[in-house]
Amino acid sequence: MAYTSIPELHERLKNRTLTAKNLLDIHFSEVDQWEPKLHASLEILKTQAYEKADLVDAEFDKGAPMPLLAGIPIAIKDNICMSGIKTTCASKILENFISPYNATVIEKLNAQHMIPMLKTNMDEFAMGSSTENSAFGATRNPWDLSRAPGGSSGGSAAVVAAGEVPLSLGSDTGGSIRQPASFCGVVGIKPTYGRVSRYGLVAFASSLDQIGPFSRSVEDGAHLLQALCGHDVHDATSSQNPVPDFSKSLTPDVKGLKIGVPKELFGSAIADDVKQALVKALDLLTAQGARWEEVSMGSFEAGLSTYYILAPAEASANLSRFDGVRYGHRNTSATSLKEMFKKSRGEGFGPEVIRRIILGTFVLSSGYYDAYYLKAQKARTLIQEDFKKAFSHYDLLLTPTAPTTAFKLGENADNPLAMYLADIATIPVNLAGLPAMSIPCGFSNGLPIGLQLIGKAFDEATMLRAGYTYQTLTDHHLKRPLL
Amino acid sequence: MSTFEVVIGLEIHAQLQTKTKLFCGCSTQFGQEPNTHTCPVCLGLPGALPVLNKAAIQMAIQAGLALGCSIQNESVFSRKNYFYPDLPKGYQISQFDKPICLGGSLTIDVNGTPKTIGITRIHMEEDAGKLVHQGADAIAGATYSLVDLNRACTPLIEIVSEPDIRSALEARLYMENLKQILEHIGVCDGNLDEGSMRADANISIRPIGQKEFGTRTEVKNLNSFRSIERAILYEIERQKEVVLSGGKIIQQTMHYDDNTQKTVVLRSKENAHDYRYFPEPDLLPLVVTQAQIETLKAHLPELPQARITRYQSEHALSKSEAEIVVGDLDIMAFFESALALQSPVSAKDICKWTIGDVLALNKETKHLFSTSSITPKRLLGLLELIQAGTLSGKMAKEVLLKMADSTEDPADIVKKMGVTQISDTSQLDAFIHEVLNANPDVIEKVKSGKTNSADFLIGQVMKLSRGQAKPDLVRTLLLEAISNR
Repeated sequence: MAYTSIPELHERLKNRTLTAKNLLDIHFSEVDQWEPKLHASLEILKTQAYEKADLVDAEFDKGAPMPLLAGIPIAIKDNICMSGIKTTCASKILENFISPYNATVIEKLNAQHMIPMLKTNMDEFAMGSSTENSAFGATRNPWDLSRAPGGSSGGSAAVVAAGEVPLSLGSDTGGSIRQPASFCGVVGIKPTYGRVSRYGLVAFASSLDQIGPFSRSVEDGAHLLQALCGHDVHDATSSQNPVPDFSKSLTPDVKGLKIGVPKELFGSAIADDVKQALVKALDLLTAQGARWEEVSMGSFEAGLSTYYILAPAEASANLSRFDGVRYGHRNTSATSLKEMFKKSRGEGFGPEVIRRIILGTFVLSSGYYDAYYLKAQKARTLIQEDFKKAFSHYDLLLTPTAPTTAFKLGENADNPLAMYLADIATIPVNLAGLPAMSIPCGFSNGLPIGLQLIGKAFDEATMLRAGYTYQTLTDHHLKRPLL
Repeated sequence: MSTFEVVIGLEIHAQLQTKTKLFCGCSTQFGQEPNTHTCPVCLGLPGALPVLNKAAIQMAIQAGLALGCSIQNESVFSRKNYFYPDLPKGYQISQFDKPICLGGSLTIDVNGTPKTIGITRIHMEEDAGKLVHQGADAIAGATYSLVDLNRACTPLIEIVSEPDIRSALEARLYMENLKQILEHIGVCDGNLDEGSMRADANISIRPIGQKEFGTRTEVKNLNSFRSIERAILYEIERQKEVVLSGGKIIQQTMHYDDNTQKTVVLRSKENAHDYRYFPEPDLLPLVVTQAQIETLKAHLPELPQARITRYQSEHALSKSEAEIVVGDLDIMAFFESALALQSPVSAKDICKWTIGDVLALNKETKHLFSTSSITPKRLLGLLELIQAGTLSGKMAKEVLLKMADSTEDPADIVKKMGVTQISDTSQLDAFIHEVLNANPDVIEKVKSGKTNSADFLIGQVMKLSRGQAKPDLVRTLLLEAISNR
């Protein structure tokens, strides 16, 4: 039951062979079994979840028309604000911070009568690719407990993979949904920048951040995505573009689809097992009438260095509000204002966050701005043009999501550059603001492999259709890790 | 000491009088309980995002249009980064290299000579909150400080002048004129006591004839006309003393202490902030179309100088009368609504009464024109009685005083007081006979050509009538009676 699709769960809730309460019981029992091993959750919202389930069941009992997602449990990454509940961003500086308001996406989940069950672990302030940068301890990969689940939304990926919840929310700034989806063998969607409101998402890099869903199938992911999208008056960067009906993309049809495969992501930086899985996937899609060809895109070479200037620059300002004045950790032994700021922040932030604040502060400093920040902005424009050009030839781009399968915990802990390379395929997509998703495309030594589909701006539909088609031909997404 | 020339540039922050804040829906109302007009956005809570207030954009554009600026079709908000407890986000959202208005000017009248001060730019930004220090007036010495974020995120425009100002007087005049313009176009309430306008002055001196500017100091947060003038005067003298004693001016930021009337150093250039400006990623570039600009231009209220000129030519007011009316929006609104009533009373008379007796009365009763019981309609009712000859000016003044305590029509008050002017000739004839009989010698003087003496007789008649006789009618009847004798 913990691995049942959303439409089927909805059907059973509707015909009352299943109650929302039953559904919670089933999933909380998975949580009880998995959490001691995974540490994927920072807070378990048992009381609220059951209260909500009772309300939902009362509606179903009355035979009231309920949305498809009603009564479905969901996990929320701990950088998304929920009223009355702690939002820690896996940081000491927000260890006891309780948000007084709901993020727009939470309001949207409420409108669907979904049931938030868990707040999930992450790299502190979403900075990292392994969830090891959590101030509250790393999360483990359910496929191999010695390995990382990826990051920064490692908790949200792991809980879906393990069956603790059918769906979860993550955030993706440079691959933080797609890379952990790849490592954990689930579907992770990063929508077009502006598709989903960022209001209530604790900002890492505002021009790159997007909230998106984790699911086991493209179908379930499409349904959750539908609920999240749309213009929000509280987010000036949210788009007014109409949101299509994504359920129409859930048809197996890739005939005539033109797929570009960037050759830069088939070089020596990519593990052989990953490349082999991708070739198989391309063969499957070709057999269904899709066409693919190699394309050269400099974006995948320039992306990483561009990103590691722009994202820290924005982060250095976004994280300035954590100053110990109004909320969060404050050092009380300081004897001056300046010392209070310094000590509160020094004690509250972890090493990776401090590294990026220093990096971002440096690239914005007078005398360095032009050489770093401004140049990176120009590079970003070139990357956007590079993608635009590619999409004048292709409907989709297909790449590996990550260069490798899940690495060992601690493997890259002392080598930030090696860790940054884990996002080489995903980062340029954020710089270009495009939609992308990772879907499971095979296993190597028992570890999942993910492929990334990248769509044109605001064309999630084509990406979903290709992904859906692929999943009708494969069963990688149906496999589950064993306890 | 006159061997130095003073060079001053002003940066004036004016609070836009929008109902809500620049980036959220909180009220901008002044003087409320601390931290009651706040929300996740202006508190800088994690995850909150700014959304630009459209009314503030319009007001910034109107200010630019009134000051002859070129309005930019695209402007950009940036983050200005620094830490301070009254700055919730750790950065201020402000415009930096792409402000909404560029290039403009303001002409002031310096002792009768017009002088044009260039305006470099106008940009929009959010205000910070307020610190309330406990146990001392300043942060130094305070046992602790409290933060009130009601003011945080209220919309400001910063108007930056060229270094065209040459004296403390010019600086004050510039700020006064600016205040008047912003009030007239309705973008700032001009309430200096509540901090609606604050100035930073960049001040330097140079030997007369020298082209290069001297090293400047910046005096921060001057919030009254008096303090701007005094601070600049003080700073000029201080700089002169430094230079004359062989010293060098150091580029630094100063604070003017209203109590000691001295400037003190806040920080020097070496300790200047690196604000690390960069474009605010939470806001898209602000795009204003030419059509929007034209619409705002077409609806821009009349500027004070133009109105003063028009009042002189159209309504025959004197320059000083026009300046008094235009100088106070409350008076101007009263005057305009009186004009709008289309009465036979001349604008000039309306003005005289408005800025004379009515103003004095309102001051005494501590009323604004807008709240006073002397409405434009009631004043005109009174002035029409004068025009019709029913009341003398002197009588009208008494009636006006009575009007302050009632809501009755002036005509009804006049009836009750029984002060209607006597124009009944038979009644006046009786008074005239009485006066003439008592003053045969004066009659002779008048007859011999001393017409001045007639004034004495008129005065006597007025006295008998207890001021109610119509003076010009008395004169006619009196002279007629004398010639008949």
